[in-house]
Amino acid sequence: MSLFVNGAQVPAPTDPRVSLLDHLREGLHLTGTKKGCNQGACGACTVLVDGERILSCLALAVQFDGRQITTIEGLASEEGLHPLQAAFIEHDGFQCGYCTPGQICSAIGMAAEAQRGVPSHVTDDLGGTITLTREEIQERMSGNLCRCGAHNGIVEAIQAVLVEGVPA
Amino acid sequence: MNPFQYARADDAADALRRGAISGAAYLGGGTNLVDLMRETIARPDQLIDVTGLPATIAETDDGGLLIDAAVRNTALAEHPAVRMRYPVLSRAILAGASAQIRNMATVGGNLLQRTRCTYFYDAEGARCNKRTPGSGCDAREGFNRIHAVLGASDACVATHPSDMCVALAALDATVHVDGAEGQRTIPFADLHRLPGDQPDRDTVLRDGELITAIALPALPTGARSAYRKVRDRASYAFALVSVAAVLQLEGDRVVDVRIAFGGVAHKPWRATKAEAALRGQTITQQVVLDAAAAEFAEARPLRDNAFKPALVARTLAAVLTDLARGEAA
Amino acid sequence: MSVFDAAKQAAQGLVQGVVQGAMEKLVPLAPDSWIPGGVPDPLIARKHGLIGKPVSRLDGVHKVSGTAAFAAEYRFDGMVYAALVYSTIPKGRIAAIDSAQAEAAPGVVLVMTHHNAPRLNPMPMFGSSPSAVGATDLPIMQDGVIHWNGQPVVCVLAETQEQADHAASLVHVTFDETPAVTSLAEAQANGVEQGQFMGAPLLDEVGDAEAAFAAAPHRVDQTYRTPRHNHNPIEPHAATLAWIGDRLVIHDASQMVTQQAQNMAQIFGLDPEQVHLTSPYVGGGFGSKGLWNHQVIGAAAAKLAGRPVRIALSREGVYRVVGGRAITQQRVAIGAKADGTFDALIHTGLSTMPPHGTMPEPFILGSQAMYGADTMLLKVEVGRMDTLANTFMRAPGEAVGTFALESAIDELADSLGIDPVELRIRNEPEKDPIKGTPFSSRHIVEAWRTGADRFGWADRPETPGSRRDGEWHVGMGCAMGTYPYYRMPGAEARITLTREGDTVRAKVEIAAAEMGMGTATTTAIVAAERLGLPLEQVDIAYGDSAIPGAIMAGGSQQTAAIGAAVIAAHNALVEELLKLAGNDSPLSGASADEVGSEAGGLARLDNPDAKETYVSILARAQRGDLSVTKAGSAPLETMHWSMHSYSALFCEVRVNAVTGEVRVSRFLGSFDCGRILNPKTALSQFRGGIIMGLGMALMEETQLDERNGRIANASMAEYHLPVHLDVPEIDVIWTDIPDPHAPMGAHGIGEIGITGVAAAVANAIYNATGKRIRDLPITLDKLL
Repeated sequence: MSLFVNGAQVPAPTDPRVSLLDHLREGLHLTGTKKGCNQGACGACTVLVDGERILSCLALAVQFDGRQITTIEGLASEEGLHPLQAAFIEHDGFQCGYCTPGQICSAIGMAAEAQRGVPSHVTDDLGGTITLTREEIQERMSGNLCRCGAHNGIVEAIQAVLVEGVPA
Repeated sequence: MNPFQYARADDAADALRRGAISGAAYLGGGTNLVDLMRETIARPDQLIDVTGLPATIAETDDGGLLIDAAVRNTALAEHPAVRMRYPVLSRAILAGASAQIRNMATVGGNLLQRTRCTYFYDAEGARCNKRTPGSGCDAREGFNRIHAVLGASDACVATHPSDMCVALAALDATVHVDGAEGQRTIPFADLHRLPGDQPDRDTVLRDGELITAIALPALPTGARSAYRKVRDRASYAFALVSVAAVLQLEGDRVVDVRIAFGGVAHKPWRATKAEAALRGQTITQQVVLDAAAAEFAEARPLRDNAFKPALVARTLAAVLTDLARGEAA
Repeated sequence: MSVFDAAKQAAQGLVQGVVQGAMEKLVPLAPDSWIPGGVPDPLIARKHGLIGKPVSRLDGVHKVSGTAAFAAEYRFDGMVYAALVYSTIPKGRIAAIDSAQAEAAPGVVLVMTHHNAPRLNPMPMFGSSPSAVGATDLPIMQDGVIHWNGQPVVCVLAETQEQADHAASLVHVTFDETPAVTSLAEAQANGVEQGQFMGAPLLDEVGDAEAAFAAAPHRVDQTYRTPRHNHNPIEPHAATLAWIGDRLVIHDASQMVTQQAQNMAQIFGLDPEQVHLTSPYVGGGFGSKGLWNHQVIGAAAAKLAGRPVRIALSREGVYRVVGGRAITQQRVAIGAKADGTFDALIHTGLSTMPPHGTMPEPFILGSQAMYGADTMLLKVEVGRMDTLANTFMRAPGEAVGTFALESAIDELADSLGIDPVELRIRNEPEKDPIKGTPFSSRHIVEAWRTGADRFGWADRPETPGSRRDGEWHVGMGCAMGTYPYYRMPGAEARITLTREGDTVRAKVEIAAAEMGMGTATTTAIVAAERLGLPLEQVDIAYGDSAIPGAIMAGGSQQTAAIGAAVIAAHNALVEELLKLAGNDSPLSGASADEVGSEAGGLARLDNPDAKETYVSILARAQRGDLSVTKAGSAPLETMHWSMHSYSALFCEVRVNAVTGEVRVSRFLGSFDCGRILNPKTALSQFRGGIIMGLGMALMEETQLDERNGRIANASMAEYHLPVHLDVPEIDVIWTDIPDPHAPMGAHGIGEIGITGVAAAVANAIYNATGKRIRDLPITLDKLL
């Protein structure tokens, strides 16, 4: 049994109790994915599984046999930072940096959902297409808490890259 | 978390065979169960992963939908048929949790999520009859803002936390289950229990039974539906109260109305008294408030939740008034 | 005692408040030039450098890439994982611990209880010595006595976290409970005492305020309540530590790095040099990332087991082990003339702390310097409750005190029919209302005017409850915020110039903590400006107890403390450079105060063409590098002047007429905080404080069950923080007027942001609905 993390095949843990989060952090030493509450209440552990954002703290690693997992460590390329990573720096979308990997992974997952047409709680017309307004971004990112209060910068960074398509 | 053995079920039969063993539990998205296991509130020694089971949403012959239990919450909320024909259901799902959790959570698992009562969660430090039958209830005299005002018992005042289930209650859904004694269907309103003197049992499911699908009947032509959730912050919070409603008018008279409340009881609360009071009426603020008053006539508020009956009544009035005006979707 | 002796003594004390009493009679008489900071920092006059330009934070790339290593992300070979078992009673003794099952569980290395824990010295309690930072001095796993519900009683070590957690769940502890005080009413019934803060009573009296209040023609007299709060940094508290020989190495999450290392040394009977503590990244602190039980337990268990330990608190564990902000019950009574000027300002009330605590929530601190009044009475009393020790949380005192005061002022404005901005301006004091000292820099009236203009305050509905937009009531409110300028002694800076070919790099080492405030970035900016080097040639090191000096990220004073230390070290560096330059240099004969740093070298101030680069000086002296270490001057400026930061806050809310739900739709903070060093990170600091204030206003409450003193909502699902959808775009402006008596002309800005916010929200809610809520948080049920 194995999973793929940032493109590399890695073994699953032998103890089925190990969450995907703890497997990443303690088993694979990929500590970019953060543990904030370990109970699905903060979003700091957000990773992408086959492109979809989930909470790795509520996921058992053994459930992800053969799946493609992308963490914050897998976003940059040889050309440099992912545009969203650069935009977070430019727009000061963090202070302490602890919720940041989760925010960035979540935003990437959000963009795919919006593109697919998934509505949100604040979407007026369930039958319409999705435009990532400021309010839509705020609602869709509400599963990622930030205690430093970098919310404005986070939304601005996301708008700059995912809505306006401006690389930072 | 207690040690357990993990197995991935190939199909429903495989799941049922594995699930028949005492101490087994089915694992869907894990968004509640993994947390409960970490808190040692749930202690299965066999965990049967049923997320690999079929996950389709199919049209039924009678114009409804059959939703496999392994369908993820996001997939259900974004399905075109659900968005167009059952907006109350899309809205309820989208009002719940966060996008990440909706991406993980399954429909079947959502039905089985357990209460958010903080005393239920404090396995070491609090008494809870739901967690440990006979230990007592610390919520009754403690912090009980999120607790029940209807249908509670001396043993338990917890509420059911799901948003989706409130919509399903209003939609007259049917739950398909399979188990050692064969397949059966359960009307949604009968799936969840009131606590009585057995608050540890949330549902009428038997040991080893597996939820396989949810059937939604077609809504009458012209019926409109809506969901409104009231909570302590703008998003990512459990409901203080919520209202799901399906309204069918003829002219301005109510032909049929189906109403369910969240956050008021141990189960999604189908407001049959309010429904009866509204049939044949024209929707006005006062008519709805009176109907809600009928529903809450036997409400038993606790220290911190006396605001709930009035809040539900006002929210219901707003929902039905909007639906009657054709404004909500 | 001479002023110099007093200054020396001040430098040796940790907290300026302790020495303030001795100093304040002497220092105000001294001429300006005697006072450190009395001669304005020359950097204030420099307008075209890096200061004031937006600079992205220097550690940004690590934080967005996942390569910034936090405390629970270090590893040691052979490391084991800790799990804790907590008391379930508030007071009593451990009767028995059954750990047989846990000890037999797979992977378990150690079960530590008070029976086998190493003997430890008490934690140095805050205020007991200059470096003491413990919230209490209670024994930690030494005697089986229980002092609060949630106290750690057992520590399990195992090879994996899963094994440790499971084994901990198998430990069965029974208790003999003794009567405890767990309700506010009981604490009051037992009698309250005068609160003491930083060695002085929280009591200020000017004239006979009660009599003046009774005689005043217009009066407001109300009680306001604020609940307990928890800091809730997203990073839970954690330490990864190892005993290496007789040395203890701790990777911690700390906002008081050096002090914690020293305290751990004291607890374990070591020399300070035997403890090495690092904390380069801290995932949010807000006052909470200090020394608590878990680091001590982790180090004790590591010693006993002979294995390195990771002790990472669960989120519930953070609530059980790390104290938060205490509850308050405050009376504000204002007596005013018809024109709104105050005859009497009374701000009194009650907070709580445990018998073993040192921190009554000092909610009158803001009221000491906000308004002029003919008479004043400010007083904090404290009741004792058997709970976890409460502690400093972002703007301790001011955050909750301004809710009461600024709500009361709004009530007075409403009853007098005077615009609340105008009422505040009419009560501007000319000098410090309590101490009588002059203000160093106070431009709040300007902040009010520009803020009101930008926000569109003139458009505020005159009649409460009069504006409606569909289902929503709309209203506007304002409030003032304030936070003092502090500067604690003990800061040192080491500056090292290193020659690299024909260029030079500067390294500035400070024993500071960086939790995202932008400290490292602003320090680099300031150091680069002082040294006349580009930012790229300056490195900053911090978060390491091996660095000299002791600085604390607390009291919004770190920027000033670092600033003064860097000034001192820079002066010393210049002196050393001049010595090295010798007689062959164009600088020959110049003294340190006759030269300035420009363009990678030194130049004579009276003849800028007489200059020499650092590279040239070092090369001629055949030196590869030059290093100086110097402590900052004694912080006497706050004794001579009344030094504070101020804010004028404007809020627009929408309150749902059906459900009572509140949405903050607009917010503007207009700040007067001296010179802003880095607008980019400063904006985040202001916004962050304001957003924490929005949480405090609308949703935050730590629910302490008064039946048994246990926190009921020990979870981030049940303790609500604002989410993205709760946070509007927050507009921030500042006067940017330098304080001539502060290093760089700057004030720390970590805490001013939260102050006043809850009142601005409450006042806007009143304007929207006509409902006055005096009890935080303002949840929707209070508005139905």
